[in-house]
Amino acid sequence: MAAGAAAAFGAVLARDLLIAYRRRADVLTTLFFFVIVVSLFPLGVGPEPDTLREIAPGVVWVSALLAAMLSLARMFSGDFADGTLEQLVLAPQPLTWLVLAKVAAHWLTAGLPLVVIGPLLGLQFDLPAEALVVLVVSLLIGTPALSMIGAVGAALTLGVRGGGALTALLVLPLYVPVLIFGAGAVAAAAEGTGAGGHLSLLGAMLMLSLVFAPWAIGAALKISLE
Amino acid sequence: MLEVTQIACVRGSRRLFEAVSFGLEPKQPLRIRGDNGSGKTSLLRIVAGLAPAEAGEVRWDGRGIRELGEDYRRALVFLGHANGLKDDLTAVENLRLSLTLAGVTVDEGAIREQLALQGLSSAADLPVRLLSQGQKRRVALTKLEFCASKPLWLLDEPFAALDASAVGRLAARLAAHLSGGGLLVFTTHQDVELPGAAARSLQLGEA
Repeated sequence: MAAGAAAAFGAVLARDLLIAYRRRADVLTTLFFFVIVVSLFPLGVGPEPDTLREIAPGVVWVSALLAAMLSLARMFSGDFADGTLEQLVLAPQPLTWLVLAKVAAHWLTAGLPLVVIGPLLGLQFDLPAEALVVLVVSLLIGTPALSMIGAVGAALTLGVRGGGALTALLVLPLYVPVLIFGAGAVAAAAEGTGAGGHLSLLGAMLMLSLVFAPWAIGAALKISLE
Repeated sequence: MLEVTQIACVRGSRRLFEAVSFGLEPKQPLRIRGDNGSGKTSLLRIVAGLAPAEAGEVRWDGRGIRELGEDYRRALVFLGHANGLKDDLTAVENLRLSLTLAGVTVDEGAIREQLALQGLSSAADLPVRLLSQGQKRRVALTKLEFCASKPLWLLDEPFAALDASAVGRLAARLAAHLSGGGLLVFTTHQDVELPGAAARSLQLGEA
């Protein structure tokens, strides 16, 4: 059973990564959206270095939320339409486990690129080096939580008309704690006070979502198939 | 083996069917008949455990399928209206991944060989989106060749979109599954004879 579950986890992960690779444009869209939204702020707010440094944590984090949300609609809708979701639910493995593989694939294709490009965008805002490090760490902990929470919303709105906008309304409020502590960590590092507390809370949120989200996603997917 | 007792199904405010019961033993096929919208697909989905029944119960080996969970799903092959193939992956990739997910270990060579036997060797390495409707259906049905170990096959319109020779091959495959001790529940609008199997059918709605 354990070997079968590992093989199934690997198969779902490999399948979603392969599809993402075949549809590279989708991955790049998320990334460029992130870059462009972050870059719009200096143009709108003005080139004052002190102001930019102050708004940087919030700007980068809000943009990360929006970018992570952009790809949520695709997460289950394709599987729903072509019948692979039925096969996933009927697989002789725990659905929570398979769902975790799908969320992992989503994070690798939509979350990890944001983590990698994040510090580069932080430089645009003249963030100090310590703050850049904390930005990377906070994104590294925070974006998997975003994928987890977002997947719950995507699963709940599956097959609903106008699901995309509804997902945003459902998911964005749930993203608020991640935003507060993610941006808070970077701001604290920029001010020279410790970011440890914020990062710990962010880690706690990731753990909570790891425990509860797969179960909620599985239940929501089953309901959408009825 | 499979017992379906007093099942009722409601879609929206419409009662599709009620008090549907049947039992199925190894080597027996059951064909579900009925007009469009009479609930054939809904019945299959209830038997597969994808949808809950409004009333009644589905039992496998004397135990409820909800209670059996993974053990029931391990014994089951379900092929719905949708083929369950990803458009961006090739036929070989699709089959390999979907078989791994179903808990069947099979190497790529065996999949290629089987696709060639089905007359699909030219389609093996093409993204599925480039295939015709009938070819996609045949790729999805190729999965059955590797699922002999799973006793219960639930097939929704397996013969749809197939050409005459593919219909013959599939009928022979289903008959082989039955003679090997398998169970089969399927729907079809075509008149297909399964060689060597007694035709048993269940009528939904008015005949």
